[in-house]
Amino acid sequence: MQNELSVVVRRAADALVLFWLVVTLIFVLIRMAPGDPAEFLVSPTAAAADAARLRGELGLDRPLAVQYARWAGAVVRGNLGESFSSRQPVSRLLLDAAPVSIALGGISLLLTFLVGVPLGMLQAAHRGRTIDRLTTVFTTAVYAAPSFWIALALVAVFTYGAATLGLPEALRLPAFGIRTPGGGLHGWAALADLARHAVLPVVTLAAVGAAGIARYSRSAVADVLHEGWVATARAKGARPSRVYGRHVLRNITPQLFVLMALSLPGLVAGSVFVESVFSWPGLGRAMLVAIQARDYPVVMGATVFYAAAVIFANFAADIALPLLDPRRAGRV
Amino acid sequence: MKRSFASDRVTTSASATLVIMLAAAVLVPMFAAQDPLAIGDVLALRLVPPFSHDAAGAWHLFGTDRFGRDLFVRMMLAARVSLALGVGGSLLAAAIGTIAGAGAAWLGGVADRITMAIADALLAIPRLVLLLVCAALWKPGLLTVLIVLGATGWMGVARIVRGEVLGVRARPFVEAAKALGVAHWSVLWRHVLPNAIGPAIVATTLGVGNAILLESGLSFLGLGIQPPRPSWGNMIAGGRDLIVVAPWVALAPGLALIVTVLAVTLLGDRLRDTLAGQHAPLARQIGERS
Repeated sequence: MQNELSVVVRRAADALVLFWLVVTLIFVLIRMAPGDPAEFLVSPTAAAADAARLRGELGLDRPLAVQYARWAGAVVRGNLGESFSSRQPVSRLLLDAAPVSIALGGISLLLTFLVGVPLGMLQAAHRGRTIDRLTTVFTTAVYAAPSFWIALALVAVFTYGAATLGLPEALRLPAFGIRTPGGGLHGWAALADLARHAVLPVVTLAAVGAAGIARYSRSAVADVLHEGWVATARAKGARPSRVYGRHVLRNITPQLFVLMALSLPGLVAGSVFVESVFSWPGLGRAMLVAIQARDYPVVMGATVFYAAAVIFANFAADIALPLLDPRRAGRV
Repeated sequence: MKRSFASDRVTTSASATLVIMLAAAVLVPMFAAQDPLAIGDVLALRLVPPFSHDAAGAWHLFGTDRFGRDLFVRMMLAARVSLALGVGGSLLAAAIGTIAGAGAAWLGGVADRITMAIADALLAIPRLVLLLVCAALWKPGLLTVLIVLGATGWMGVARIVRGEVLGVRARPFVEAAKALGVAHWSVLWRHVLPNAIGPAIVATTLGVGNAILLESGLSFLGLGIQPPRPSWGNMIAGGRDLIVVAPWVALAPGLALIVTVLAVTLLGDRLRDTLAGQHAPLARQIGERS
């Protein structure tokens, strides 16, 4: 017990050091770039003195070391600064946008595993046969498709093509925003409206994710099918549903759990595109808008937020692994 | 039991697809009747559907865009950019990764720890976010995208090469080379690296598909290749607002992209499976999409 606790503490310390490295790296990266943010903020007709005054107000005229110390110190206290363009606190902007992205990503991640793992199992069980070949070509093709292309293709079919193709009313889905503008809907009607708006973004993200998970599950399942305990389970007369649903699934669960942490960066990438195509007011879109406006504090804040999420997910997977896999419990 | 890499049907068709794509990218824009960048009689030629003739009688495989330019010719012109950046970007990443990983393992100590700390920190930021930040900070364009793809993609290769070099370093023939008086860095270059590079080649092959996708993503968001130079990503972006009236303008370039990335991925998978005979535990950690 003592030993396990010290492992957790050590892992947490590692994660914190990594986080500090990332924060420093982001600062160096952004300040290395050419271009002066103050010039984007003053009107084109303003005098040079106005830009200089603004630079002073924003602290951009201080030595880099001072800027870094101020920024890193503030980040540690949870203060990510103030947006150059809207003058709102960055943490406020990110917290407003985060729930949309977290809900979108969470539901998609769940669907990704619910679809991807059984698909990969099916492929591994029929390895080399027609059903495996066809579904593998399909999943690899979806894996090869960019998420924004899938999003646009879905919009072409289910939003604009729906009327032409004569699809039923239920399949004519809205493509932009998270609610019908000026709808004035309340209660269940508003929720149903939100759900209809969420279908295409969620399907896009889940399709890309599930294709990757299926690819991984297929090889993970194929690896364990050679094991002696699979032969034992079969020999004692267990039905295939029990062999796969209990023995095999239980043995690849730890790997899948790690994979969930590893799939976070992909999910972030997907959400940037999906939020951009479907005009969802999430973190990805906030970051894109900030990049175009050279709103450094927002860009840095969003990047810190993403990195913190990835580091935390990896840390959580590291800690949880021995709990899920008794074989590893002794040796972390 | 295992069929050899070259005689496999998937390998053959994937390679053939890539060769045809490359040949078309080189030849089609050279011999096209119409200049893929020039804008002619817009009203007469624009938004011709796929597989049909325009008002002037010319036939268009994938139709025309909003300015009346043939989509297929433009897609093949874009293929030059996308293929070059995909291959170039991942080769650059592989070169940086090999130098960093092999150097870190060979030097050991502080150099090793600093290199790997930087790699870990970069890996903690989702690669697309890193790309977006870099591409947005510097002037968008061909060279920026190439450098940024290399600078954000080397960490995986560095880790793999480092691990392999550490493994190979302990083998007797390295000991023998040292005993025979081969210079320190020469041992790494002539004896260790050739035996450690296999998994890095697989990772680089799979990285090509990734790099093509990332380039198209950046260009789609307006932070990569800038119009009028076509790339698959900015062509898809260009057709985005036409998705109602002319969906082919946005969707056709995606087909070329998907076919190419699919072929590269299948090829990389087979290469990995062939290699897995020798490096079973390592094979699985290669080729996760970032």
